Amino acid sequence: MRHLLSAGDLDRDKALLILDTAAEMAALSDRSVKKLPTLRGRTVVNLFFEDSTRTRISFELAAKRLSADVINFAAKGSSVSKGESLKDTALTLEAMGADAVVIRHWDSGAPYRLAHADWIGGSVVNAGDGTHEHPTQALLDAYTMRRHLRDGKGALEGVRVGIVGDILHSRVARSNVLLLQTLGAQVTLVAPPTLLPIGIDTWPCEVSYDIESVLPNVDAVMMLRVQQERMQAAYFPTAREYSRLYGLNGDRMRLLPEHAIVLHPGPMNRGMEISAEVADSDRAVMVEQVANGVSVRMAVLYLLLGGAKE
Amino acid sequence: MTTYVIKGVRPYGEDAVDLVITDGVITELAPVGTGKGEVIDADGLIALPGFVDLHTHLREPGREDAETIESGSQAAALGGYTCVHAMANTDPVADTAGVVEQVWRIGREVGLVDVRPVGAVTVNLDGTHLAEIGAMANSAAKVSVFSDDGKCVHDALLMRRSLEYVKAFGGVVAQHAQEPRLTENAQMNESALSGKLGMVGWPAVAEEAIIARDVLLAEHVDSRLHACHVSTAGSVEVIRWAKSRGINVTAEVTPHHLILTEDLVETYNPVYKVNPPLRTQKDVLALRQALADGTIDALATDHAPHPHEHKDCEWGAAAMGMLGLQTAFSVVMETMVEPGLLDWRGVAERMSVQPARIGGVESQGQPIKVGSIANIVVIDPKATWTVVPEALASKSSNTPYAERTFPGTVVHTFYAGRPTVIGGVLA
Repeated sequence: MRHLLSAGDLDRDKALLILDTAAEMAALSDRSVKKLPTLRGRTVVNLFFEDSTRTRISFELAAKRLSADVINFAAKGSSVSKGESLKDTALTLEAMGADAVVIRHWDSGAPYRLAHADWIGGSVVNAGDGTHEHPTQALLDAYTMRRHLRDGKGALEGVRVGIVGDILHSRVARSNVLLLQTLGAQVTLVAPPTLLPIGIDTWPCEVSYDIESVLPNVDAVMMLRVQQERMQAAYFPTAREYSRLYGLNGDRMRLLPEHAIVLHPGPMNRGMEISAEVADSDRAVMVEQVANGVSVRMAVLYLLLGGAKE
Repeated sequence: MTTYVIKGVRPYGEDAVDLVITDGVITELAPVGTGKGEVIDADGLIALPGFVDLHTHLREPGREDAETIESGSQAAALGGYTCVHAMANTDPVADTAGVVEQVWRIGREVGLVDVRPVGAVTVNLDGTHLAEIGAMANSAAKVSVFSDDGKCVHDALLMRRSLEYVKAFGGVVAQHAQEPRLTENAQMNESALSGKLGMVGWPAVAEEAIIARDVLLAEHVDSRLHACHVSTAGSVEVIRWAKSRGINVTAEVTPHHLILTEDLVETYNPVYKVNPPLRTQKDVLALRQALADGTIDALATDHAPHPHEHKDCEWGAAAMGMLGLQTAFSVVMETMVEPGLLDWRGVAERMSVQPARIGGVESQGQPIKVGSIANIVVIDPKATWTVVPEALASKSSNTPYAERTFPGTVVHTFYAGRPTVIGGVLA
C-alpha cells in the first residue's frame, strides 16, 4: 500500500490489518511513554487547504507518537492564498523531502491527482477531499463499532448501521458505505431526498426517508453534521423542520436496541441533527471516536511508511 | 495562378479522376493521367469538400498564449478545414463590429482558412443587453451566427428577442444550452458516477430543458435556432420532435461527445473536463445515430485550447474544454465511417455542406464538380496515426487523445484553390 485515497481501495484483509494495527497502537497510549521510534527521521506534511483543526491535530499527534517530523502546511496565510497552484506546493514539499503528505482539500479528487500526477514521490493520505471521501474517518468509525459491537475482533459481518443526514455532501458517508460494505456490515442511509445523490440506488446499501422506522433495526447510528447554509440552496426549508424530521432526540434514541451506539464525526450541531440529551448520553461514543482516530491514523502512517525506505 | 492537378483522387470515394484546379476553381474532372498542371499525387485517396467548423475557439484577442488566429488556422488546415467560425468569448468579447472585423481581418491575413467571426448575442456575454447585432451583421465580417457560447442566453425574454432580431439580417442564434441554476458549480455529468466521485453534477435536463424552450420560442417567432454541442440522448429526442413539427432548428455535435464517456472522469485528469460534460455510452450511441440520420446536422469541434497550467492542476481548478480541429476527422472515421453509419457523401454533408449552410458561407461546402470553388480536403482512409499532443499545431496541447492511434489522415488541403497542406504538413 503506497497511498490511502479511498476507502474503496481497501480490501477486507487490508482493512482488518489497519484495524488490528490500530488496536496495537491504542495499547501504546495506555503506557506512560506514548512514543514509538518507528518513523524517526521520516517527514510527514499535513497539507490542509481547508480548516480542520480536529483532523489536523489527530494526524499530527499520530505522526509524533511514531517519532516522525511533522510539518503543518495550512493554505491560509501561505503561498497558496497568494495563488500558488497545488502542483507548485507539491513540488516544494517534494524538494523538502516529505515522505508522506496528508492532504485535506476542498476539491474532490485532489489527493488522487496529487498521488498520480507525477508531482511527488511520497505517500499521499486523503484527509478529506471535497464531497468525495474521508477514509481515515471511516476506519476510525469501523474501529469504534468493532470495539463496541464485536469485542474488538474480526470484521463487522451482520452489523447494521444507520447513517443519517446530508449524504449528498458527505465524504464521511461515502467512505463509510464503502468500508462497511467491505467489512460485511449492512448500511441504511437516511436523508431527505434532496440530500441523497442521483444514482444512490446503485450504492451497496439501503435508503430510507424515515428515521423512526430505521432506528429499531440498527446496532449503530451515525449522525452527520448538517450545515445550516444548505437551507439557502433549498435542500430543506428550515433548520427546525430538518431537526424535527431527521434529528436524533431522546425519544428517538429510545427506539434504538439496548446495545446500539451513537456516532458522530464532529463537530456536532447540538439541537440540529443531535440533541444535547443524546450527545451527552452513555450511548454516544464521540469522545472515544476522537481517541480512536489517533490510533487508526498511527496505523495508517505506520503501514504506509514503516516498510518503505529507511 | 498555378493550375494544380490532384492526380488519381476519388471524389466522395467514387471513381478516380484528375481533379484540375485553376484560379481557385475546379475546372476539370479529367481521366486519370490526363490532367495538365502542377501534379499533386493522390492516388487512391478520397476528396471531399473542405471541412467547415461551426464552433472554434481561436482565443484571439485576449488569450494569445492559448491560441492565436494563426495557430488555430494552422490546426484547422491540418485537420482538413477550409473554414472555421471563431467563437465570441474572447477578451474583449466579440460583441462589436470593431472586434469581429479585427478577427476577420487577421484571419484573411493568415490566409489558411475562412475565419468567420461569431458575434455575441449579448453585451459582454452577460445575458442582459442585446449586443449590436445589426452592426456586426453589416460589418466587413458579415456576421450571421450569433452566440454567447460558454454561457447560455438563459433569460427567456432575451432569447425570444434575439431570435426575432436576427431575422432582419438572415442570422441564426447558436445557443449554448445550459440552465444556469441547475448547473451551479457543475463539474461532470450528473449520474451514479458523479455521486460516487463526490462531484457536483451537470444534469442532462439542464441542456434538454433549454433546447425544448428554445425550439418552442423559435417556432413562436418563426426564426432560426442552432443548438450548439448537443450532448444527451434526450436533447436528440427534443430536436427530432421539433424538426418533425417543422421548426427551423439545426444542431451540432462535437467529436468528443461521439467517442468519450464520463467514465474517464474517474482519473480526475482535467484533460477530460469539458462543457457540456462527457456523458454516458447511451448518449454517445444516440448522438452517433442522430448524426447519421440528420437529426443532428453538423459536426462541430468546439476546439477549446487552454494553456498548460489550466489543465495541470486539480479538477475543480481546471478550465473546461479540449482541442478538436486536428482529430475531428479521425474521430468521425472511427465512430461513423468504419461502423457504416456515414458514407463519404454523408461525411461531406455533416462536416462541410450543412455547417456551411447553417453558417451562411456560400463559398464553402460546394460540391466537387466543375465550377465549384476549390475548397477541398484529400484524405487517406487506410492510413493510421498516433496523436502526440506537443506535435499538434495548436499553441495548447490539451487533447484528450494523447498516444491514441486513429484511423484516417488528412493528406492535402486546398483552400480557395491554393494548397494549405501537402502530404500532411503545412504547404
